[in-house]
Amino acid sequence: MSIKQGAMESGLDRRAGRLKSLFLELWRDKAGFLGTAMIAALLFMAVAAPLIAPHSPTAQDLRNRLKPPVWDENGSWNHLLGTDNLGRDVLSRVIYGSRVSLMVGASVVLIAGTFGTVLGLIAGYRGGRTDNVIMRWIDTQVAFPGLLIALIILAVIGPSMITVILVLSFNGWMVYGRMTRGAVLSVRQTAYVEAAEIVGCSAPRVVLRHILPNLTSPLLTLAILEFARIVLAEAALSFLGMGIQPPATSWGLDVASGKNYLFRAWWLVTFPGIAISLTVLAINLVASWLRLVSDPQEREKQFARQMSARRKRGTVAREASAP
Amino acid sequence: MGRYFLKRLWHGVIVIFGVTVLVFVVTRLVGDPVKVMLPLEATAEQRAAFEKELGLDQPIYVQFEDFMKGLSRLDFGKSLWQHRPAMQIVFEKLPLTLELALLGIGLAFVLSIPLGIISALRPGGVSDRSTVFVSLVGLSVPQFWMGLLLIIVFAVQFKWLPTSGIDTPAHLILPTITMALPALARLVMIVRSSMIDELNQQYVKTCFAKGLPFYRVVGVHALRNASLPVVTLTGWELIRAVAGYSVVVETVFAWPGLGLTAIQAIERDDLILLQAIVFTVAVLVVLINILMDVAYKIIDPRLKLS
Repeated sequence: MSIKQGAMESGLDRRAGRLKSLFLELWRDKAGFLGTAMIAALLFMAVAAPLIAPHSPTAQDLRNRLKPPVWDENGSWNHLLGTDNLGRDVLSRVIYGSRVSLMVGASVVLIAGTFGTVLGLIAGYRGGRTDNVIMRWIDTQVAFPGLLIALIILAVIGPSMITVILVLSFNGWMVYGRMTRGAVLSVRQTAYVEAAEIVGCSAPRVVLRHILPNLTSPLLTLAILEFARIVLAEAALSFLGMGIQPPATSWGLDVASGKNYLFRAWWLVTFPGIAISLTVLAINLVASWLRLVSDPQEREKQFARQMSARRKRGTVAREASAP
Repeated sequence: MGRYFLKRLWHGVIVIFGVTVLVFVVTRLVGDPVKVMLPLEATAEQRAAFEKELGLDQPIYVQFEDFMKGLSRLDFGKSLWQHRPAMQIVFEKLPLTLELALLGIGLAFVLSIPLGIISALRPGGVSDRSTVFVSLVGLSVPQFWMGLLLIIVFAVQFKWLPTSGIDTPAHLILPTITMALPALARLVMIVRSSMIDELNQQYVKTCFAKGLPFYRVVGVHALRNASLPVVTLTGWELIRAVAGYSVVVETVFAWPGLGLTAIQAIERDDLILLQAIVFTVAVLVVLINILMDVAYKIIDPRLKLS
């Protein structure tokens, strides 16, 4: 029992150690750290929206229409970022808008990611005819004009949050499929997969227990990058009027309605746009950090680059001669 | 070589067929075209007449046959909104979309090469890090918002440039820049990373060692070898521009190309015109893909295409 417990403890220790080193690595890369902090803030904003938003996002106040932000001479502390054409508080709408972006992003990544990964696993593991058919399907669908297909589907079945999620998933699963299949093909060649097969593991067991864990880090990086792309896609669809519909709130929708007031109220398009940009920027920062950390080749390159940059500045020479 | 292109052509045909079938299924089976296209208060007789006019009273396989027959003559029927053949409208709008896409992606391509090279010459240096950061920001900013910001700054505040329309060459400036920005951000990154890879190769050292001037080593020898991924990505950006960016940018600047027409067709419930636009854009995407293959072969004759 004690041996078992000891093993468990050391396992926990190791995990804690890994988490700690991951955190240290994150701290060293300031951009990645900033991105993570921003995402954490965004998550908090989405979850705690009713607590931190000063007004209801849909409460209209027709006497206070198109109020500028607080630092303008006509602004008031009651509406920090001003109000829109119906007197709704821009700040509250920006806060609530984060919910839609994150919800759509997470759902699409989950649905498209699962579907793509499963098809990729099947194609890569089964090979032969199955592989051919799936890859043909992917090649064909990749060449579709995605946005227009999304628009025509939404025009026919009617835009709503659920249809937006479905359409974006339909358009976005192929990347996961391609990547998973490629990775499976290379992992299949390894000795331990062969060993598992010889021992008599069932096909699902080989795929799920022995192959899939190898794909975690590239899939995670891909999913994060896709998340950023989906946030932008949802915003674009909502901006075009084919995404989230009022009275629901979405950043893209707010930019679209602010578009009619470009000459009088710059703040209506500016703030939701900043919210989208910061969200996507934060995700991109985390993704590029993750790519560097999880790819040994990139890590080496990064290290070499740092060293050569330092050498050019002459610090290495001094460091070397110091002791 | 010839066989390869036949194969690509065949793939293109499959893609176009796939898009057509998808559009057919979506418009005829998933949704009810009569409900979408006719106003709510239409009477039963009006509905029946409309169904008959579009052949919707026929069984679905007859409808599909008619649809494909029309397609082979590039005939999608008459636009409900403008009451003239949908393809006629498409051919009117197509040059405007192509103009904007080619200008925008061309601008991005031309700017990305010097910026990427400067960045690659000193990786990790100040100019490199600022270029990477600006590109990352460029990738994160939604394109429609970028366009609106440009309008606020250059059209509303300074009144230097017109907000929308196509009357003078000055009308081209803001849409072209907006079209170029996301493509530029991605292209700079790829020029940078492939130039960094090339500059670390042995042949670059050889070139320097035999006394070639700096600009020839970087601008001719390394750049030529780094150009394959750059051309690939430029092709993709052109595809994105035609199939995606154009809708957004044209809507922001009221640029009357295919993209804006697609949005107007949706607003007017004109599925016929929308079908014609989706089909045309799918054909464009396939054509650009094939042109890209030709470009590869010209850049790198060693490539064995298969």
